[in-house]
Amino acid sequence: MSSEFEARGIGLWRGDRCLCRELSFDLGSGTILQLAGPNGVGKTSLIRTLAGIGRLDEGKVLWNGEDARRSAAYLSELIYIGHHNGLKAHLTPEENYAFYRTIAHRPTEVSAEQALMRCGIAGFKDRPVALLSMGQKRRAALARLLAARARLWLLDEPLASLDNDGVELVAGLLKTHVSAGGMAILVTHQPIAIAGVKLRQLELGQTA
Amino acid sequence: MSAPFGALLGRDIRLAYRRRGELAMPAIFFVLVTALFPLGLSPQPELLRSVGPGVVWVAALLAGLIGQQTLFKGDFDDGSLEQLTLCPMPLELVALARVASHWLTTGLPIVLLSPLMGLLMDYPGEAMGTLALSLFLGTAILSLLGAVGAALTVGLRQSGMLMPVLVLPLAVPVLIFGAQAAAQAARAEDPAGALYLLGAMMVLGISLAPFAIAAAVRVSLES
Repeated sequence: MSSEFEARGIGLWRGDRCLCRELSFDLGSGTILQLAGPNGVGKTSLIRTLAGIGRLDEGKVLWNGEDARRSAAYLSELIYIGHHNGLKAHLTPEENYAFYRTIAHRPTEVSAEQALMRCGIAGFKDRPVALLSMGQKRRAALARLLAARARLWLLDEPLASLDNDGVELVAGLLKTHVSAGGMAILVTHQPIAIAGVKLRQLELGQTA
Repeated sequence: MSAPFGALLGRDIRLAYRRRGELAMPAIFFVLVTALFPLGLSPQPELLRSVGPGVVWVAALLAGLIGQQTLFKGDFDDGSLEQLTLCPMPLELVALARVASHWLTTGLPIVLLSPLMGLLMDYPGEAMGTLALSLFLGTAILSLLGAVGAALTVGLRQSGMLMPVLVLPLAVPVLIFGAQAAAQAARAEDPAGALYLLGAMMVLGISLAPFAIAAAVRVSLES
C-alpha cells in the first residue's frame, strides 16, 4: 500500500519552545491516525501545520511525494476542521454549508438539507448559528465534511462538545470516508471506536 | 474562480445586512464629526467654505477607520479565515473580496452622504460632483490601506490603537490630494491633476495591496 501523505522530519517551534523534532510518519489510503498527548503538547499546532496554515520550522509535508505546502493538488484533497468551527454566527447552518460548498475545490452533490439531516441538526437549519448550542455548532461544522470530495480529513477535536449520539455520528462519517479509500488524522482525547478500522496512534511529547 | 469570489462577497454583504445597526456607525460618525465643526468654530459661511473640503475629508478618513479593525478579526476569531486560506481561490483574491465588501458597506455610504455634508459646510453646489468623486477614489484607497493594517494586527490581542497609528501616516498623501481636489473645485479651478493622482494611487493600491494583505494574513495565522 502506497502512502500518499508523508510527514518527514517535522520540527515545530513556538516562541522558544520546541514542540516536536524529527517527527516522521506516513498515511496511506484507508487509515486513520490519532494524535494523542497531554494538553499543550502541540497537537493543534501540528495539525494546523499539516493543513498548511501553521508555520513549519523544519522538515517537509509531502503529498504523493511532492511538497504539500500551498500546493493546489494537496489542498484540493484536504478538509480541515479546526478547533474553531469556521461558522459565521449571523448566518444559519444552511447558509454556512452552502458557502463552504461553493468555495470547495471539488463540491459534492449533497445538499445542505441532506448534510444537516445527516448531522442531526436539520431542525435548526434556518436559525442563526449564534443561537445554537456548542454541540450543535460542532455538528454544523462537521457537516462540511459532506460538502467536498477530499481524500484527507484533518480534524482537530472533532468530538468536542458532542453527545454520545454525536460521537456515533463522527465514527459513522469516518467509517464511510475510510471505506471509500480516504484517510484521516484526528486530534482527540476521547477513545473513538470505528467498526472494522484500526486506529494508529501517535503520542506527542515524548520526543525532545 | 469567480464563483468563490462572488460567494465570499455575497456572504460578507449578507452578514453586513444582518448587522446593519453596526453597519450604519461609520456613516453616522462621518455626519457627526462634520457637523461638530460649524458648532466648534463659528458658522460664518466664509470660514466654513475655506475649511470645508479639509473637514469633510478628515471626517471621512476617520470614519473609514472605524470598523476597519474588524475587517479580518471576525473571520480570524471564528476560524473562517483559516478555512479561506485553504479554498481554491488565491488568498490575494480573498483579500480583494473583503476589501470590496468593506468599501461597499462603509466607503460608499460616506461618498453618498458627502454632498449633504458639503451643503453643511457651504460648499458650492456645482463642485459637489468633484467632492464626491475625490471621496470615491479616496475611500477606496483607504479601504485598501486599512486592510493591510487590519491584516497585520489581526493576530494581536491588544491591537486597539495600533492599527490607526499604522495606517494614518500612510493615508496622508491621499488626504492631501483629496482635499486639494475638493478645494480646487470649490474655487472653480481645474482639479484634474489631483484627481489623476488619486486615481493612480487607487490603481497602485488595487494591484499591490492584495499581496501585502495576503502575506500579512498568512503571518498572522502562522503561530
